Amino acid sequence: MAMSRDEVFGEVKEVLVDALGLDDDEVTESATLMGDLGAESIDFLDIVFRLEKSFGIKIPREELFPAESLMNNPEYVSNGKLTDKGMAELKAKMPHTNISKFQDDPDINKMADLFTVAAVVNFVEGKLKAA
Amino acid sequence: MRWIWIDKFLEFNSGKSAVALKNVTLAEEHLHDHFPGFPIMPECLMIEAMAQTAGILVGEARNFEEKVILAKITTCVFHHYVRPGDTITLHAVIESIAPEAASTSGRILRGEELIAEISLMFSHIDKNLSGKQFPEENFVFTDMFKSLLTGLVEPKTVSGQG
Repeated sequence: MAMSRDEVFGEVKEVLVDALGLDDDEVTESATLMGDLGAESIDFLDIVFRLEKSFGIKIPREELFPAESLMNNPEYVSNGKLTDKGMAELKAKMPHTNISKFQDDPDINKMADLFTVAAVVNFVEGKLKAA
Repeated sequence: MRWIWIDKFLEFNSGKSAVALKNVTLAEEHLHDHFPGFPIMPECLMIEAMAQTAGILVGEARNFEEKVILAKITTCVFHHYVRPGDTITLHAVIESIAPEAASTSGRILRGEELIAEISLMFSHIDKNLSGKQFPEENFVFTDMFKSLLTGLVEPKTVSGQG
């Protein structure tokens, strides 16, 4: 049963509303999980659990939100910015995010803005296609 | 300090669900202030009782290898007051469990009456705070907590799986 992007978005929206205690209309495609929706690290785990249940997919923890391993590796980060190696690693690990703006200013403090609702929807779509 | 808000387990299905019981008594000193002339069990302590029930369930599922701590109260709804003389049962179910965390749902009942619905998330701190040093012993699951399970579960062999 193939789900349309709208259907996937609808389910992802429900997951985020339940996990983060939000109103329906707060969850837009461009909203950032941490900045706009107030998610914290424990919320990411809650979101992963719920996505797994809603869509019947398996999500290894590092796959959806791999930022930690990127930020802690000195080969990938220099002077608070992602190095070329780091950027390549980011592209490889997070193809579901839109990094065009981030590439102009790869400040690691801005990495959290990559985690938008759209990125989560892209990720789930990718998983469903691969399943 | 004595901080145990459940008296015994009635049921224990390792890795799945558990039911604990608590008797509420005027011997609990805080009730005399909460509130004078109208003692009721504070809702925050009901949450703590559920956290202890669910936390032991989650900890035992992984053989008490990690320190399981309450990280998030996902939802929490109270329908009735709990008074001295009441016996409440706490029904906890593991919804999801992974090496780093677990989520549980739960209900508190007084007999058949629904008192509260409480969903929680626990973090397994050894897996989540890499690099930080913690005492060797598991300070979360003290002997008193573990003794509640005597006769209900067999000690597990150590497993490395998630």
